Amino acid sequence: MTPSLDTNASAATLTKADFQSSAETRWCPGCGDYAILAAVQGFLPELGIPPERTVFISGIGCAGRFSYYMNTYGMHGIHGRAPALATGLAAARPDLAVWVVSGDGDALSIGGNHLIHALRRDVPIKILLFNNRIYGLTKGQASPTSELGKVTKSTPFGSPDAPFNPISLALGAGATFVARTLDTDKHHLPAMLRAAAAHPGAALVEIYQNCPVFNDGTFDALTDKQTRAASVIELEHGEPIRFGAEGEQGVIRNGDGDLEIVAVADVGEAALLRHDAHREDPSLAFALGRLGQGGGPQPIGIFRSAPRASATAQLAAELRSAHESFGDNDLSALLHAGDTWSVGA
Amino acid sequence: MGTDRLVAVAAKGVEERERVIVRFAGDSGDGMQLAGGRFTDATAAMGNDLATMPNFPAEIRAPAGTLAGVSSFQIHFAARDIVTPGDTPNVLVAMNPAALKANIDELERGATIIANEDAFTVRNLQKAGYEQNPLDDDSLKGFVVHRVPMNTLTQRAVEGMEEVSTRDALRAKNLFALGLLSWLYDRPRDITEAWMEKKFANRKASLEANLAAFRAGWAFGETTELIDVQIRVPAALDMEPGTYRTVNGSTASVLGLLAASVRTGLQVVFASYPITPASEMLHELARHRSAGVRTIQAEDEIAAAGMALGAAFGGALGVTATSGPGMDLKAETIGLAVMLELPMLIIDVQRAGPSTGMPTKTEQSDLLMALYGRHGESPLPIVCATTPAQCFSAVLDAVRIAVRYRTPVILLTDLFLANSSEPWRIPDVALIPPIDPAFASPNGHVFEAYSRNADGARPWAIPGTPGLEHRIGGIEKSQPAGGISYEPANHQFMTDQRRDRIAGIEVAPLVVDADEDAELLVLGWGSSFGTLRAAVRRLRQAGHPIAHAQFHNLNPLPANTGEVLARFKRVLVAEMNDGQLVRVLRAEFGRELDSYAVTQGRPLLAAEMERELLERL
Repeated sequence: MTPSLDTNASAATLTKADFQSSAETRWCPGCGDYAILAAVQGFLPELGIPPERTVFISGIGCAGRFSYYMNTYGMHGIHGRAPALATGLAAARPDLAVWVVSGDGDALSIGGNHLIHALRRDVPIKILLFNNRIYGLTKGQASPTSELGKVTKSTPFGSPDAPFNPISLALGAGATFVARTLDTDKHHLPAMLRAAAAHPGAALVEIYQNCPVFNDGTFDALTDKQTRAASVIELEHGEPIRFGAEGEQGVIRNGDGDLEIVAVADVGEAALLRHDAHREDPSLAFALGRLGQGGGPQPIGIFRSAPRASATAQLAAELRSAHESFGDNDLSALLHAGDTWSVGA
Repeated sequence: MGTDRLVAVAAKGVEERERVIVRFAGDSGDGMQLAGGRFTDATAAMGNDLATMPNFPAEIRAPAGTLAGVSSFQIHFAARDIVTPGDTPNVLVAMNPAALKANIDELERGATIIANEDAFTVRNLQKAGYEQNPLDDDSLKGFVVHRVPMNTLTQRAVEGMEEVSTRDALRAKNLFALGLLSWLYDRPRDITEAWMEKKFANRKASLEANLAAFRAGWAFGETTELIDVQIRVPAALDMEPGTYRTVNGSTASVLGLLAASVRTGLQVVFASYPITPASEMLHELARHRSAGVRTIQAEDEIAAAGMALGAAFGGALGVTATSGPGMDLKAETIGLAVMLELPMLIIDVQRAGPSTGMPTKTEQSDLLMALYGRHGESPLPIVCATTPAQCFSAVLDAVRIAVRYRTPVILLTDLFLANSSEPWRIPDVALIPPIDPAFASPNGHVFEAYSRNADGARPWAIPGTPGLEHRIGGIEKSQPAGGISYEPANHQFMTDQRRDRIAGIEVAPLVVDADEDAELLVLGWGSSFGTLRAAVRRLRQAGHPIAHAQFHNLNPLPANTGEVLARFKRVLVAEMNDGQLVRVLRAEFGRELDSYAVTQGRPLLAAEMERELLERL
């Protein structure tokens, strides 16, 4: 039998409540994590995978508490190591849906190595990276996504270090699914979760998340109704890349091969770049991920979705069945392998 | 020529010995490990008891001809049960001056040196730091020295063979040495030749060159007037009846894991990061896909521990193996496993020194780290292996404890155990007791993740079980529900519980091998077993009463430990570190204990132990 993520009979009746644990949520009032939790709990029933076959593994940080609030199996691990824990679990149990919840400090600083290797291995896990560009649980130090020059408790003269761009990093690591979304976007966030869940290999979803205490308003331009249209470039596979209240702006590839934001009126719709998330070559996705890096409109959506046959999942299933059929006689044969000799009684 | 040969053969005498120690030594590129390994297999087939000790530099190819590049392989074989690879070789094969220089201090006068005289060139002598050729002056007086031009004889043996270059010919000189030693000790030729046929099946030229070199070495022994006696070591008759094979500690550990997998019904997920001397286990296990073993070469030591623990959460037998530096890095994850109370096996193949230290030399200096090297109060069981073959049952014991008590277990082996070989009586699989993982199943009540059974162990509820969904993590857990708790009384309770559960683990009593009127007990743990036993035997042969006990479990200690200590007037604790177990025992039992603690990167020597014990009798 090959274990799979097929739905079961009771799945049809799953509701949001089935995924809500009784633990009291203890994030700060107004924390973006509440919205993400609600979106995850709200969308999971539609997958039809029951709570007992769903596992949330989290690291350390505010985001790390996430696993306690899900009425699934869960493990709150150690700082940065959730992808490693999840890799081991996925290796042993291809029949489970394994989610990783991490933050910018957890995933990109102390756990950077595990993140990139989980992505390059294309382990069938879904990684939610809550990016608030600050250390929250340790009360306000600069994170690896804090902007250059950012004043925080640990950087009173401004952060001297350039930030990571998680999309670039993930694509550089060979990730087969990379997306970005916003904590408060009730339509876009579930759509990204859905797409990640449907992806057979490792999926990274960067979620811009507001920290109302230590970094309030850092994504306001993207989430505020007044400014959103001019600040957010929503990527849609197969569609020309355009944004603005009337779709009056767009993205083209200029003569140098660089991406450039232009007025659609100046170039004509036909000149706009048409988004292709399935491109095998990740370089265009990489360029899109860098848009707005130093300020200006930023893309959200799926940068890359290029599934490949997941060796990990297949191997896990094969080994599982090999294990099940390996018995005493096989063991005895292995113990007796090679040159043996007998000593008589 | 034919007539000469017959005459020479006829003139050779045969001498019988009870035991012999041979050391092959040469440059790292000279194939000494291979020659030693082949000699071992032939010796095992003879029915001798044996023990081996490979010794090689950390550098893959240190500059040729230098002392740093010397690699050696020692084998002790006997017509009776033996327990160590031996202290000082009876015969040293020195393939070059550096090999002679690096090993000569460990030979006793009267020992035989078989030197490849072709390699004693001016340049090689200089590289080894000899001002003049030791084969020519009288610095080797008192040794029996055979000068054998191995390069020349090997080249002559392959002369005229098509597709065999001078370089290929020279590479085969280890087989010449092997052939010579095989004759000298009357080892079966067919086993070695069959191995070559298989090894070089697709390389006809190499096969022919190596076969020719091996046979030339044998023929040289038969015909040379230099060596006038052939030595026979008859088969050991005191070995327990059964089917045997030779194993080193790495292989025995791997087989132990496979047996543990079958006996628990749990799939092995083995995650590790390459590190000397633990990598061999990863290499071997990676070949066992047919047993359902999942190996993962992790991105680092931390990830390897995390993967093993993640797999354990999923209901697999999660295992990671490493050596000292890796243990440092895994400490945080092992602490999480202590908190999660999940079964997990951490194999520490100890090596010498702090930091990188001496990665290819052995030591027992990770005991205190295994006991105490984590923050907070985080006790865990520690098991150690005592001989290469015993690694098999040590693994099973460690897994039994991990599964029954829901805890990470550290198994301490060491480089000597990992690399050394000895005969192993293959156990009857049916006689290996089952280990029940006893996964939790719904019982109609609200699931409490930190409820306890009679052993103090919590339920192992694996994902996929409806109704037992629960969250665990590094934050202190409430008893028994398993929620987050910062309550003072709860933390005290949980600290006590974690301590008592580990302290209450059932382990086998300490077995004492004591003469009736013994006043002195020598105590050891792990791989010093063979040396201590050999030293004790020698003292007994000399008529001294003495006692010996070896720990297999270091946490908890066997329940009768205090009682055993109280039985003897004097106790000497011998270990390859700066006195770690002795500190634990002093603290635990508050009695005077003598310590013999050595860190020289090699196993304790039986002769030096004998001396130490004699002083204390």
